[in-house]
Amino acid sequence: MDLNIIWFLLVGVLVIGYAILDGFDLGVGVIQLFTKNENERRVNINSIGPVWDGNEVWLLTGGGALFAAFPIVYATVFSGFYLAFMLLLTFLIFRAVSFEFRKYSETAKAKQIWDYSFAIGSLGPALLYGVAIGNIMRGVPIQIIEGKIVNEISFLGLLNPYALLIGILSLVMFTMHGAIYLTMKTEDKQRHKLIKWANSLWIALVVLYFVSTVATMFAAPFLFVGILKNPIFWVLFILLLASFIYVPVALKSGKFGHAFIASSTLISMMIGLFALSLFPRLVPSSVDLNLHSLTIYNASSSQTTLETMLIIALIGVPLVLIYTIFVYRVFRGPVKITKESY
Amino acid sequence: MDPVLLARFQFAMTVGFHFIFPPLTIGIAWMLVIFEGIGWKKNNAVYTEIGKFFGKILGLIFAVGVATGIVMEFQFGTNWAEYSKFVGDIFGAPLAAEGLFAFFLESTFLGLYIFGRDKVSKGVHWFSIFMVAVGSTISAFWILVANSWQQTPAGFILRNGRAELTDFWTAVFNPSTLPRFFHTLDAALIAGAFFVAGVSAYLILKNKGVQVAKTALRVAVVFGLIVSLLEVFPFGHEHAKQVAETQPEKFAATQGLYTTQEGAPAAIFAFPTNHPPKLLFPIEIPGVLSWLAFGDSKAVIKGINAFPPDEVPPLFLTFVSYHNMVILGMYFIFIMAVAAFFLYKKTLFDKKLLLRIFVWSIPLPVIATQLGWIAAEVGRQPWIVYGLLKTKDAVSFTVGTGELIFSIILFGLIYLLLGSVFLVLLIKKIKTGPDTIVKEA
Repeated sequence: MDLNIIWFLLVGVLVIGYAILDGFDLGVGVIQLFTKNENERRVNINSIGPVWDGNEVWLLTGGGALFAAFPIVYATVFSGFYLAFMLLLTFLIFRAVSFEFRKYSETAKAKQIWDYSFAIGSLGPALLYGVAIGNIMRGVPIQIIEGKIVNEISFLGLLNPYALLIGILSLVMFTMHGAIYLTMKTEDKQRHKLIKWANSLWIALVVLYFVSTVATMFAAPFLFVGILKNPIFWVLFILLLASFIYVPVALKSGKFGHAFIASSTLISMMIGLFALSLFPRLVPSSVDLNLHSLTIYNASSSQTTLETMLIIALIGVPLVLIYTIFVYRVFRGPVKITKESY
Repeated sequence: MDPVLLARFQFAMTVGFHFIFPPLTIGIAWMLVIFEGIGWKKNNAVYTEIGKFFGKILGLIFAVGVATGIVMEFQFGTNWAEYSKFVGDIFGAPLAAEGLFAFFLESTFLGLYIFGRDKVSKGVHWFSIFMVAVGSTISAFWILVANSWQQTPAGFILRNGRAELTDFWTAVFNPSTLPRFFHTLDAALIAGAFFVAGVSAYLILKNKGVQVAKTALRVAVVFGLIVSLLEVFPFGHEHAKQVAETQPEKFAATQGLYTTQEGAPAAIFAFPTNHPPKLLFPIEIPGVLSWLAFGDSKAVIKGINAFPPDEVPPLFLTFVSYHNMVILGMYFIFIMAVAAFFLYKKTLFDKKLLLRIFVWSIPLPVIATQLGWIAAEVGRQPWIVYGLLKTKDAVSFTVGTGELIFSIILFGLIYLLLGSVFLVLLIKKIKTGPDTIVKEA
C-alpha cells in the first residue's frame, strides 16, 4: 500500500467522520423545520448545542487535508463548482450563527427567524453534498491538456436529475440520522414522534437507495466494473445490509444508542462503497475516463508532503477522538434545559 | 472589470471581516483563563461571575468567527485555483494541522466550557477554557505559518511547475514565522484587554454589576499595560527588523523611503505621493530608521528606487496603514499607563473621562490588527508568494467576472447582516450586565 492509497483512505475517514457527526446536526436542523412546538424546538437545538461546532471541524479539516494531499482536486473541483460552493458556504454561515443569535434574541419572532436560519442552513448542505457526490459519480467535464486542467462545468449542468436524486437520497439519509440521534436526546411524547419519523424516513431511504443504485448503473456504469469480484465490496455491502436491517429493529426495542450506531455504520458503508467504486479515481472525467480523470496519483502532493501529513494525522486524529469522546460522555442522555441553554 | 482585482477584493473583504473575530477570541479567552483560574483556586465568586459574563460574550464572538472562517478554508480553492496548485504541496499542510491540532481543540472545549459549568468539576471546567485559549493560540500559529510562508518562502524546491516541500520544519519556521506570530498573538491579547477594560468601564459608568466590573477592569489594566509594552518592544521591533532584512521593498514602502540612503531617517508623519515620488509634509528624525533596522545610525537602507518598478508594492496604502498601526500601538501604551497610574493611586474608578475613553477604545486594537494585516499583505504585492508567484497569475481562470461580482455582492450582504446582528446582540448583552449582583466574597 503506497502513501497515495493511505491518503485516499484518510480523506475517506475524514469524510465519514464528518458525515456521521455533522450529519446528525444537519438532520436535527431539517427536523427543526417540521417541529412546531417551541419547547421541542429548544430541545432540538440544545441536543447538538455543545457539540455541533466540533463536528463541523471535520469538514474544515477534511478541506485542509484534501488541499494538502490532493491539491489539484481541491483547486479544480472548488473553482469548477464555484457557484454551488458559494451557495453551500452561505448555508453553512447561516447555520453557524443561528445558535448564538437565537440565544440572545428576545422576541419570539426573532427566535423563529434564527430557527429558520438553522433549519434552511442545515437542509441546504444535506441536499448539496448529495448533489456534489452525484455529479462526481457521473463524471465531470474536465480534460487534462498538456498538463493543464480545462473544465467546462456549468452551474445548471450540476443540477441534472441524477445528481438531484442523489441529493434527495443524502437529505433523507441525514434527516433519518438526525431523527435517530434525537431519540437518544428526547423523552416521552417528543421521543415517540421522532421514532415514528425515523421509521418513515428509513422506508424512504430504502426505496431511494434502491432507485439510486439502479440509476447509477445507467448514469455511471464504469463504477460497477469488476466490483463484484472485489472481496472488500462484499464486506462493505454485507455491513450495509445488516445495519439497514438493524435500524428499525433497534428503534422498536428502544435501544436508541444501538440504532444510532447502526445508522452511523450505514452512512459509513454507503460512503465506503462510493469510494471503493471510484478508486483510484478522485474525479472521473466525463470526456474520457482513462485519459482525463484526476486520480490519487496525478492529482496528489509530493511523497515528502504525503509522508509529513501522515505523521501529523497519526498524532492529531487519536488526540481529537479522545477528547471528543470525553465531551460527548459529559453531555450524554436526554437534554435538560438550563439557564445556559440556547 | 479586471477579474484579478475582483478576486482580490473578495478575498480582502472576507478575510478582513473574519479577522475581526479571532484576535478578540484569543485575547478574551486568555483573560478568562486568568479570571476563571482565580475564581476556582481562591473560590472567589466575583471572579467566577466575570467568567460567566465574558464567557457568554466569547461564545457570541466565536460563533461569528467560525461562520466566517469556513469561507476561508475553501476560498483558496474556489478563487485562487492556480495558487492552490502552485503551493498545495506546502500550503495545505499548515491548514490541515490547524484543523487537527487547534480548531478541534477550541471548538470541542468551548462547548464544554459554556455548557458544562455544572456538569464537570471546577478544575475540569477551568481546564476547558484553558484548552480554548491554547487551541485558539495554536490556530493562530498554523495560520500564520501559512501566511508567513507566502511572505518568506523556505524549505521547498521548484519542481513539476510547483513549489514542492523539501524540509517541513524549515518551511514551518521560515524567517518571518516567529516574529509575525509573537507580534500578532500579542496584538490579540491587547484586543482582549481593551475589550474587557472597555466593557467593564461601561458597566462602572452605568452603575451595573459594579463590583464585578471593577475587579475585571483592574486585571485588564495591569494585563493590558504589560502586553501593550511588549507589542512595541520586543515584538514590533523584531518583526520590523526581520522585514527590513527579508523583504526590503516592503520595508521601504512602509517607511516611505524613496531613495537608497545612508543614515535613513524615520518618518513620524507624512503624506506619501507617487507623482512626484516623495513624502509631503514629512516630520523625520535623522538616522533613526537605520539605527532601528540595523542597530547602526549610519547603515544603508534600500529605497524604493533600488527595485524594478513592477516589483514594488502600492505605496500609499502600505505607508498609511503601517503608520496608523504604530500610532495606535503608542496610544495603547499611553492609555494603559495612565490607567495603571490612577489604579496605583486608587482613583481609577472616579476618572469618568478615562472610563469613557476606555469604552470608545474597544474597537481600536481590532482596527490596529486590520491595519497591520493590510500593511503586511499589500506590502507583499505584486507577489502572492514573495519572489515566486505573482498575484495576477494565481487566480482561478475558470471563474468569470459575473460569478465574482455575484459572490462579492452575496458575501457583502451576508456580512453586513451578520455584522449588524452581531453588534446589536453584543451591545444588548453588555447592557444587561453580569447576571447577578454578588456579595463581597
